[in-house]
Amino acid sequence: MVKVNKFQKFREALIGKLILLCGVTSIAVMALIFLFLFRDAFSLFGHYSPIDFLTGQNWYPISSPPVFGILPLILGSLLVTLIAVVIAVPLGIGTAIYIAEVAPAWLRESLKPIIEIVAGIPSVVLGFIGLILLAPWIQKLFSLNTGLTALTGGIMLAFMALPTIISIAEDAINAVPLSYREGSLAMGATGWQTTRRVVVPAAMSGISAAVMLGIGRAIGETMVVLMVTGNAAVMPTALDSALHPVRTLTGTIAQEMGETVFQSPHYYALFAIGLTLFLITFAVNWVADAVLYRYRESE
Amino acid sequence: MSHVRKQLVYEKIAHTFLGLAAALTAAPVIIIIVFLLVKGSAALTPEFLTGMPREGMKSGGIFPAILGTFYLVIGTVLFSVPVGTLAAIYLTEYAKQGRLTRTIRLAIANMAGVPSVVYGLFGLGLFVLFLKMGTSLLAGSLTLGILVLPVVITAAEEALLAVPQSFRQASLALGATRWQTTRKVVLPNSISGIITGTVLAIGRAAGETAAIMFTVAAFFLPALPSSPFSQAMALPYHLYTVSTQVPGMPEAIKWGTALVLLLLVLLFTLTAALVRARFRRKKRW
Repeated sequence: MVKVNKFQKFREALIGKLILLCGVTSIAVMALIFLFLFRDAFSLFGHYSPIDFLTGQNWYPISSPPVFGILPLILGSLLVTLIAVVIAVPLGIGTAIYIAEVAPAWLRESLKPIIEIVAGIPSVVLGFIGLILLAPWIQKLFSLNTGLTALTGGIMLAFMALPTIISIAEDAINAVPLSYREGSLAMGATGWQTTRRVVVPAAMSGISAAVMLGIGRAIGETMVVLMVTGNAAVMPTALDSALHPVRTLTGTIAQEMGETVFQSPHYYALFAIGLTLFLITFAVNWVADAVLYRYRESE
Repeated sequence: MSHVRKQLVYEKIAHTFLGLAAALTAAPVIIIIVFLLVKGSAALTPEFLTGMPREGMKSGGIFPAILGTFYLVIGTVLFSVPVGTLAAIYLTEYAKQGRLTRTIRLAIANMAGVPSVVYGLFGLGLFVLFLKMGTSLLAGSLTLGILVLPVVITAAEEALLAVPQSFRQASLALGATRWQTTRKVVLPNSISGIITGTVLAIGRAAGETAAIMFTVAAFFLPALPSSPFSQAMALPYHLYTVSTQVPGMPEAIKWGTALVLLLLVLLFTLTAALVRARFRRKKRW
């Protein structure tokens, strides 16, 4: 009945194509990121062994010949992330349980926006706060030469990872059916016994996904670690490494890319670090996504 | 009986610790905001907001950084909102749900997890060098536009999915084409979700540092940017430079810059939250 003229048909087809193109942009972007990082990283691996790159203990990018061993940077990233996890996981899960199971409604409604504000603070502002408030305090507390340490970075990263951990863990806890709780309470269990033995185990996969995503955020965070960890590329293997400056993968890229000559070995080495970082965060997020997906499927 | 009492004591202790965790999480937020407000507001004069930096940035204002961030945000929105909205339309209106849409959603989830410094490297490799845009507003906007895509797509998709299927069926039954249905029926009913995504993207782009360090940001420029191919100063990068790169920088300038950036970003985040809440309340179906 309705006349669809040729122009309209053509327009529909054209718009359909455009929409499809935008639809697959995300796939194209991920592929392009990988391609561009891989291409430039490969320029380094042509004459620098990837094994030496990953396991070398020295990062001397501007000596001659340059030495590009990123093991201290990987360990630096891991140390700062580990500190962040040790702080953020108990605090985050505790807060999520408190909000979901314990807090009265008025407190819950005021805690949630306060925590959401953190997710909105730009990382460079948190870096600034870490630099100007936390670092002097850490320096005094442990009587150190400098307050710019792995611990300072770890504390700030923990703070940044908290909103992610709390919101996903809280969703997981809220998703536990009410009947589970009622069943447990009806058996005479206290509220805490119910939380610990029934609710938390039932929400476990969601909580672990929350932790994984928090870790992913912490490893990839740049400005905070660049500003507060002191950026010393040394192996953080001593027992008190947490109280000394370290350098991370992200911090190295941010610090040195501005000073390097484009398409020099140093430039390619920084892209190789970028590729390493991309693959690490990709793996972490992929695992988190798989856990979340399986968990949603099973419901 | 004593067993029950013991359990109740355990519960008290456990709840105290949980409350302590919540307090330890919330207290720093309040401390940080109060510090920024108190220390930063001292620096907030009209001259600080509208003046050029002087004496090696140690006095004067931060106007070029504010303007640079403004331009960057506009560029980001011009790229990410159309592309992101059309991508969401593809996912909800056009695509058959299957392996491709699952892959797209996985790619979007992963894009959200890519570190911003990696986006910076990507922007440097693709836009600045390969496409020869140079260190410019254009290269920086495109990099930021890609970085915020997951935010825009997720918000738009949520809004599109909330439009009842019957709306589409009614329009299609009247003989409207799929695009006509999308444009005249589905989009107007999901506009607030798209606005939410846009505002969130603005907040994210305005506060982002690592992605613009190698693609657009300049330490100091004597003149304001004149074209999309100009370099520009930007607020987050300016905060980084004044707080780490210039010795002897007055405290007031650092706190003032941090406060302006924070207020700008929180303003957009808050607006997004309000639009979303209003939309959820006002839904008529």
